[in-house]
Amino acid sequence: MGLKVNAKLLRRILVGFVREEVTKVGVKKAILGLSGGIDSALVAFIAAEALGPDNVHACIMPYRTSNPESEAHARLAAEQIGIHHQVVEITQMVDAYFASFPDADPMRRGNKMARERMTILYDHSAALPALVLGTSNKTELLLGYGTLFGDMASALNPIGDIYKTQVWQLSEEMGVPREIIEKKPSADLWAGQTDEQELGFAYRDVDELLYHMVDLRMTRDELVASGFATSFIDTIYAKVQNSHFKRRLPVIAKVSNRTIDRDFRYSRDWGK
Amino acid sequence: MDFTVALAQIKPKLGCLADNCALVETAMERGIDGKADLIVFPELALTGYFLKDLVPEVALRLDSPQIVRLRELSRHIAVAVGFVEASDDYRFFNSALYLEGGEIRHIHRKVYLPTYGLFDEQRYLARGERFRAFNARFGRMGMLICEDMWHLSAPYILAMDGATTLVCLSSSPGRGITEDESLGSTAAWQKLTSTTAMFLNCRVLYCNRVGYEDGVNFWGGSEVIAPSGSLAARATLFDEDLLLARIDEGALRRERIFSPMMRDENLFVTMNEMRRIEQERNC
Repeated sequence: MGLKVNAKLLRRILVGFVREEVTKVGVKKAILGLSGGIDSALVAFIAAEALGPDNVHACIMPYRTSNPESEAHARLAAEQIGIHHQVVEITQMVDAYFASFPDADPMRRGNKMARERMTILYDHSAALPALVLGTSNKTELLLGYGTLFGDMASALNPIGDIYKTQVWQLSEEMGVPREIIEKKPSADLWAGQTDEQELGFAYRDVDELLYHMVDLRMTRDELVASGFATSFIDTIYAKVQNSHFKRRLPVIAKVSNRTIDRDFRYSRDWGK
Repeated sequence: MDFTVALAQIKPKLGCLADNCALVETAMERGIDGKADLIVFPELALTGYFLKDLVPEVALRLDSPQIVRLRELSRHIAVAVGFVEASDDYRFFNSALYLEGGEIRHIHRKVYLPTYGLFDEQRYLARGERFRAFNARFGRMGMLICEDMWHLSAPYILAMDGATTLVCLSSSPGRGITEDESLGSTAAWQKLTSTTAMFLNCRVLYCNRVGYEDGVNFWGGSEVIAPSGSLAARATLFDEDLLLARIDEGALRRERIFSPMMRDENLFVTMNEMRRIEQERNC
């Protein structure tokens, strides 16, 4: 037991997932945002294997403060697997908006950029047509380290049940370019930002804790006995709890006998 | 008697009765072409698995045209198939039907409806209340539906009722990835089918589905286990397949001579102890 996975088996399941869940809705194509980071690169590799590179479209969507290396890495990934890719700059629209709200802090600006990118992906998804692939991993989803209705929005997410540590492992298996695997993870919302600096802990450490807490359902006492610091446990538990709203549909006030998602329940693959 | 079984490892469409009936018919035709005497389908083959509120919409009465059609086809090949059964009093069961020679020989209603983890069957389905062996052309059989097999008493009762062939219809979601070669769910099932066959000196015909529903994969790997517990044949993992396997009556006879555990099984002791436990629990 542990975070190590049989990467070949995982690859087979995730490739099959994209192939089936895309084609069963009557669509052949997928679209995703390529940031230059490892998560979106891995999803692009999975999608190319599942649907064929010709059926995968990527948007590279830099803002003027984005690190130029990100765009270069996004191109590198796209070119290696031969998927369609185009650059759609978001500077103009984001700056036009914040011209009216010049006092907005970096958090607001970052969220706006993530949502701007989402609208571009969904617009392209309608034009192609293609399903939007999500690129949030399990670590980010559990910690709430993502923008609601921004990068967290998608039709299908192949990597939402694997931790960052496992993303690294699967990326090695699938041949994601080395420079993308080895660079420091960053949301690239402002210069020099890194995930681990912003979060305050290393992915390897938090993945280990989340795995024991969420997957193995260890109690707090058991986690302490396993060597996790109490402050670390409490911080992470609170992060998971406080970000739970991001993982749920909007709450609906119940008045009828059949309320969506409460007593009106169907799988999304209903009729597929 | 010796016979050929086909395990139809299909990929049902969720809530699409007509499509799935067509899938089943096609597989039956292929089974007939392959000279199979019996074809086994997965749990809920006619409907798909994560039905939720669709249950009443896809439920079939035993006199429905779809079941009548399957009965007709069973004149050419015996069939075990999973579906949602609607009773006259509007209860809905996760059921397995055994059809042979144009007749319904047996119907098993799933007793153990998993309602934990990713499962939610008891919310939508009514619980069956019996395990009964029945006589088929190929000897005495018992049917189990997926979770039923995880309760030791279920295959035990069927074997004590004389079944020498245990047919298990399954929709097992793949989960539990580790460094190991197989998923946790695959490894657990493979142990279970083999151990059940070995304990009860019965052959096991296990049919699991494939495909994805809302991101959940079904891992396939349908198999025929000999009464010794050894693997006789296994279908591919994750992909659709039609596994044909010859069942050797001699292997059953020999195993029952080598390891006569079922002959020696003491129903009297079991019943006494069960009654005692029941009484003590009632105190």
